[in-house]
Amino acid sequence: MPELALDIRDLRVSIDDGENEKEILKGIDLAIPAGEIHVIMGPNGSGKSTLAQTLMGHPKYKVTSGEVSLLGEDLLALKVYERACKGLFLAYQYPVEVPGVTLAHFLWNAHQAKLQATQPEAKKDPKAVLAFRKRLNSALETLKMGPDFSTRHLNVGASGGEKKRIEIAQMEVLEPKVVLMDEIDSGLDIDSTKVVAQAIHAMKKPGFTALIITHYPRILEYLQPDRVHVMASGKVLCSRGMELARELEQKGYDWILKEYNAS
Amino acid sequence: MSDEARGALDIDQSKYDFRDPEVSVYRSVKGLTRETILDISAHKKEPAWMRDIRLRAYEVFLAKPMPKWGGDLSEMDFDAYTYYIKPTDKREDEWGDVPEDIRKTFDRLGVPEAERKFLAGVGAQYESEMVYHSIREDLAKKGVLFLDTESGLREYPELFRKYFGTLVPPEDNKFAALNTACWSGGSFIYVPKGVKLDIPLQAYFRINSENMGQFERTIIIADEGSDLHYIEGCTAPQYSTRSLHTGVIEIFVHKGAKVRYTTIQNWSHNIYNLVTQRAIAYENATMEWVDGNMGSRLTMKYPSIYLVGEGARGNVLSIAFATSGQHQDAGTKIIHKAPNTTSTILSKSISRGTGRTSYRGLLKVAKGATGVKASVKCDALMLSPESRSDTYPTMEIDEDQVSIAHEATVGKISDDQIFYLMSRGLSEQDATSMIVQGFIEPFAKQMPMEYAIELNRLIQLEMEGAVG
Ligand SMILES: Nc1ncnc2c1ncn2[C@@H]1O[C@H](COP(=O)(O)OP(=O)(O)OP(=O)(O)O)[C@@H](O)[C@H]1O
Ligand SMILES: [Mg+2]
Repeated sequence: MPELALDIRDLRVSIDDGENEKEILKGIDLAIPAGEIHVIMGPNGSGKSTLAQTLMGHPKYKVTSGEVSLLGEDLLALKVYERACKGLFLAYQYPVEVPGVTLAHFLWNAHQAKLQATQPEAKKDPKAVLAFRKRLNSALETLKMGPDFSTRHLNVGASGGEKKRIEIAQMEVLEPKVVLMDEIDSGLDIDSTKVVAQAIHAMKKPGFTALIITHYPRILEYLQPDRVHVMASGKVLCSRGMELARELEQKGYDWILKEYNAS
Repeated sequence: MSDEARGALDIDQSKYDFRDPEVSVYRSVKGLTRETILDISAHKKEPAWMRDIRLRAYEVFLAKPMPKWGGDLSEMDFDAYTYYIKPTDKREDEWGDVPEDIRKTFDRLGVPEAERKFLAGVGAQYESEMVYHSIREDLAKKGVLFLDTESGLREYPELFRKYFGTLVPPEDNKFAALNTACWSGGSFIYVPKGVKLDIPLQAYFRINSENMGQFERTIIIADEGSDLHYIEGCTAPQYSTRSLHTGVIEIFVHKGAKVRYTTIQNWSHNIYNLVTQRAIAYENATMEWVDGNMGSRLTMKYPSIYLVGEGARGNVLSIAFATSGQHQDAGTKIIHKAPNTTSTILSKSISRGTGRTSYRGLLKVAKGATGVKASVKCDALMLSPESRSDTYPTMEIDEDQVSIAHEATVGKISDDQIFYLMSRGLSEQDATSMIVQGFIEPFAKQMPMEYAIELNRLIQLEMEGAVG
């Protein structure tokens, strides 16, 4: 296993709003060793979601320079679905609604696509669909959601908190190696935060790597991250231990921005 | 759609795109003349009244100008078609008696297999005549008639004559006239009073001869309080020259009866598909058209319902899918002629490449039809920048005490949806077709499961085409 699950070097990203290009990520450097849990915090608009979306490959975000490797491979050369098949997963800040497509149908197809990509020689197992159903139902159960969610249309009519839990359920079923979680805890009530944190905790096994974007230390208390990074204005300002998250919760961002002359 | 996104699907295209050597005992010459029509009639050994209707319809056909609205018919050449082909001498009731190559075609379409599973009866139309026909015995005992249209005329002449051409007379439009002049094949169905069929009846249609016009004529009569679901599915092989399909379907839904007519048509991309489908619903009757249009070069098809009895209901659910070089000009006509009648229309259309879909609808409420409730919803999805979609809704409301809702949306496929699905491991093409399948889900869920699966497979095929 490569030492670094994610290795981001001088990543610069722009978006084209139709008239002019605007640089949003201004040289990100970030290294996440395999098996660790890292956190990104930072003021609104600092570029956290942009980073997550860029790593997943959203076409809206244009990489102007820099390199990223995922488990030793050149991430930026891969298509979106190839990234997923290599084990990257993004839990969205705003999960997208897809009318008419059930969670089970979608996830089964995604699961099969991943299997096809990783084990093209594997024979089709006619019982696989049953095993898959079981897994999906148990994932939903872990997240305290009824099995009816598997036959409901993907994220349609789901509450904010339910959408977040559906993201985690998908993650459990697809068993990714490197997960990016963008404000997975926003909009969750206290009990749901715990449920989600426990579900993520249960996925921790050797090699499981996570980058968690959050504004609150609560979820981190359950997960005990290895490292907390602060992003501001498209850059990583500093990287410290878990105590930084608590400090930010107490004092806000002003002091640290000043400390690094970033305000 | 990117190049590499294409072709990722492993679908057995050959299932839908094959042709068998032509078998026919009798084949009329190309072009339509008075003699051709006399020939057809003589060959079918019809009564004189039917021959006379054909001849009258032929005159109407000649007299009526080509429609100038709807799709482009300017390249249509009536002289290029064969108007009648009779593939075998007699109709077969036993599957084993059906000639080998015709059977093969149906085997590849999976007809008997489908029948074993859930069908009450299969009328399979191969070219112009029913060659295979079966109906479950208990249905026959209940007095249900399910025949090809020729047999209907021969065996139940009075019933036949009472209904034939009364909803869609030849004068209705040029293509209805053409169909009346040279109709051949189709289904004749009668469900007696109070008889409810709990499993669908169905027929497969298949055109397998170059430049052949297919003019099926279907008549469905649901007597008072009866209940019927009829399914018609079509697949046609690909040909280089243009074929014509001009059907007429007349459905009579008597007091308190219910009829659902489901069709998925997947014509080869060179066919002109010009069909007149009309139903009449009497007091407290319910008529439902579930209409899926895929393939063809041009489809012009506007299933209509006349709600003539108090409390009658009409529902129309339709999808149209047009890829490059295709035009689906479809829509619905609902005429509220009686009080407290209700109707719903849900139309979904998808265009891709240079494909074009049009929704052309008419909602009419006659004076005196109080308490009418109607809702119309049209959603169009365009997959490519060159795709086109238009809506031409017409409302003629001559009564004040009515409640009418109308909603139309036109949208492009959302990048964020595609990205979301791709980020879980689906290729761009799979993600796109999944979104399209989701878009038509309200339609697909009304189908028996095997049809829904078939429909999704067809959608995937259409998504694979050469032009993005
Ligand atoms: N599609 C876009 N069009 C225009 N501006 C954008 C777009 N996406 C991001 N931006 C801008 O880029 C900056 C970073 O946005 P981003 O969503 O990455 O912030 P964030 O750190 O995730 O914020 P939050 O904590 O509010 O979620 C913001 O100024 C935002 O307005
Ligand atoms: Mg964000």
